[in-house]
Amino acid sequence: MHPVRKQRLILVLFIVLFSSAAIGLVAYALRGNINLFFPPAEVAAGKAPIGQPIRIGGMVKEGSVRRSDDSLEVYFVITDFSAEVPVTYEGILPDLFGEGQGAVASGKLAANGVLSATEVLAKHDENYMPPEVADALEKSGYDHEGVKQ
Amino acid sequence: MIPELGHFAQIIGLAMAIALTLIPAWGAWRGNRAAMQLGPGLASGMTVLVLLSFVCLSISFVQDDFSVALVANNSNTLLPMVYKLCAVFGNHEGSMLLWSLILCLWTLAVAVFSPSLPLIFQVRVLSVMGSVAVGFLSFSLFTSNPFARLLPGIPAEGSDLNPLLQDPGMIIHPPLLYIGYAGFSVAFAFAIAALLGGRLDAAWARWSRPWTNVAWAFLSLGIMLGSWWAYYELGWGGWWFWDPVENASFMPWLAGTALIHSLAVTEKRGLFKSWTVLLAIFAFSLSLLGTFLVRSGVITSVHAFANDPERGVFILVFLAIVVGGSLTLYALRAPAVASRVGFSWISRESLLLLNNVVFLVATLTVLFGTLFPLLMDALGGGKYSVGPPYFNAVFVPLMALLVPFMGIGPLSRWKKDTTSRWRQELLLPLSAAVICAVTLPLVHGEYNLWVALAVLLAGWLVFGLARDLWNRINTASDFKRGVRRLPASYWGMVVAHLGFAACIVGVVATSQYSIERDLKMKPGETEELAGYEFRFVEVAPVRGPNFVADEARFEVVRAGEFVANLAPQKRRYLAGGSIMTEAAIAPGLFRDLYVAMGEPIGNDGSWAVRLHYKPMVRWMWLGAILMAVGGFCTVADKRYRSQRRSVTAGVKGAEYAG
Repeated sequence: MHPVRKQRLILVLFIVLFSSAAIGLVAYALRGNINLFFPPAEVAAGKAPIGQPIRIGGMVKEGSVRRSDDSLEVYFVITDFSAEVPVTYEGILPDLFGEGQGAVASGKLAANGVLSATEVLAKHDENYMPPEVADALEKSGYDHEGVKQ
Repeated sequence: MIPELGHFAQIIGLAMAIALTLIPAWGAWRGNRAAMQLGPGLASGMTVLVLLSFVCLSISFVQDDFSVALVANNSNTLLPMVYKLCAVFGNHEGSMLLWSLILCLWTLAVAVFSPSLPLIFQVRVLSVMGSVAVGFLSFSLFTSNPFARLLPGIPAEGSDLNPLLQDPGMIIHPPLLYIGYAGFSVAFAFAIAALLGGRLDAAWARWSRPWTNVAWAFLSLGIMLGSWWAYYELGWGGWWFWDPVENASFMPWLAGTALIHSLAVTEKRGLFKSWTVLLAIFAFSLSLLGTFLVRSGVITSVHAFANDPERGVFILVFLAIVVGGSLTLYALRAPAVASRVGFSWISRESLLLLNNVVFLVATLTVLFGTLFPLLMDALGGGKYSVGPPYFNAVFVPLMALLVPFMGIGPLSRWKKDTTSRWRQELLLPLSAAVICAVTLPLVHGEYNLWVALAVLLAGWLVFGLARDLWNRINTASDFKRGVRRLPASYWGMVVAHLGFAACIVGVVATSQYSIERDLKMKPGETEELAGYEFRFVEVAPVRGPNFVADEARFEVVRAGEFVANLAPQKRRYLAGGSIMTEAAIAPGLFRDLYVAMGEPIGNDGSWAVRLHYKPMVRWMWLGAILMAVGGFCTVADKRYRSQRRSVTAGVKGAEYAG
């Protein structure tokens, strides 16, 4: 074979091998490491899988936040005003987490319908609302302030 | 009056940018020298006007002119002066004006610092940069006017600057990042100009190399500062989240890293020409894509400014024009500039090719992970999020794969080398690296395989470099002369690669050895972490210029010896009432101690407290700084100056091989 062509062939083979390895890695990494967002309404409708990493988002229900007295465990309810999901979390909550504010919790849903969260995200300034939360609230007919539209 | 002046200057600036895009380019096309010579003048005019516009906006902030909507929304009379200046670009509108300004400054720099370029080439470069400026200035004017007034109904007091941004790091982080982003426009403009002129040779690579290296170095510093800021300001002790906004700056950096290596091959050996051009287009397109991702509000992120989709559409169209246009031009012209020089598979060329493939694949996997949620959402597949585990799973193995070859790179020869020579050269460095990998992790106590692997890879890099340095210096008659003989770009490479080694060790050591604990503590209690005793002494209220805070005091003791006093705060900002965590950190070259306050719990004065022990976390940032320093070093290379003399003297500059 012509040396230039041979070089090209090796190069192509090399790129093919390398990109298949990369695609393999990506596919492997995607399997367990992405999670789907569910508004509380869909969780209530039983659409969310049990025991898989998922995220739910909405408003933290007024009066629902309860802290344990002797640990960092905290319990609250996330609502989109059409359904509610109870959440437990152990650790420090973000600064702007609060009742009547938007929040996203990621974790696994137990069979009893409680989400045990490994991470809780809140908005990071007064004007910001996570788009997916805004979307979830809009679906149930509320704006991001929790006002019925 | 001042805001109107600023707005007006911005409009004239846009007009200048349009003129810069059209007139010199027309001159270059028709061979009209007079039109071409207008290029540098138009570039300076555009820059002065945009600078004026930026200064006007800054004055509005300094004067608390709340009739300007932007000032009213992002500043406050209580805000300290430095943060008022910070607030100028701590928002969407202002940061777009800053982007435009920095782009103009790069354009001006090209006009001023490259008199040695052939005029026709220089004006093509300026024209391309002018057209990018047209895009950004019109984006700013038509979709996000920073000078919009709030008339009537001027508020008596403005809302505050987001407290997260009230930090010294935020004064320099965005400008550095934008200098990097916009700097890739120079490499892009050089590539387009070369395609237009059909001239793609070593001289072209030599011209664009220093510019690209400097842009890359700034981007490295910007990313490093962002990571550092996240670490001390966000209060969770993390330094990289694989957040879409972080990825937005990381993707051009990855493509840029491939580009600077590929440019080296193009300059030294005249190879990979069309590939280099393509990378220059990619790197800049990714900068634009990053801007799109951050500015359009299409992504969920901890620090994306939420925005209206109109802006997203504008940037998307702009992106389509830039990418589509340049790729079309590339398709038309690249075959004409392809190189036909052979090289063996055992050579520096193929190692650098491998570098390019790895960095490009890394860029694509990060791009895929970043866009996947967008794609799924657009296709109606649901709202996914792709988190750090995905990125770590694909990115870490790719980098680990790169390092073994990276250790051979500097020692290898161009064109043709032999494996037996590599074996001979690298036996000693490999042995030294293995010894380090076996012994060094023992210093920390428990032996950790991942840390050992990191030390092995870093040691392989460091000792390989040492061997190469020794080889090069040893051939000179004496040590001093040997050191002086090595060109600045070589030193730059050494420093940057050492920085990469420091990063590897820092990242792995800190992610393996870090101990993090969220606790409930009350004053008087003591907790032990990695041999350090943290005593919670007291909490007291303190008052800042625009906030009130609860300040805790922790005393850290190790084996009876006093180590540090730490005073984390929980702040409440007066203007917006937002709550902010101010972590307290005792920094060190080998470990950081980190305390952040959660919230008060119960009624006995207890607080949720976060304690961290973070070994070698500073090595990452130190490594990033070294990489940037390496990038800056290369500019001092005599090769890039002597080319000026040889060209102006009419000598065949293109053949100068350095």
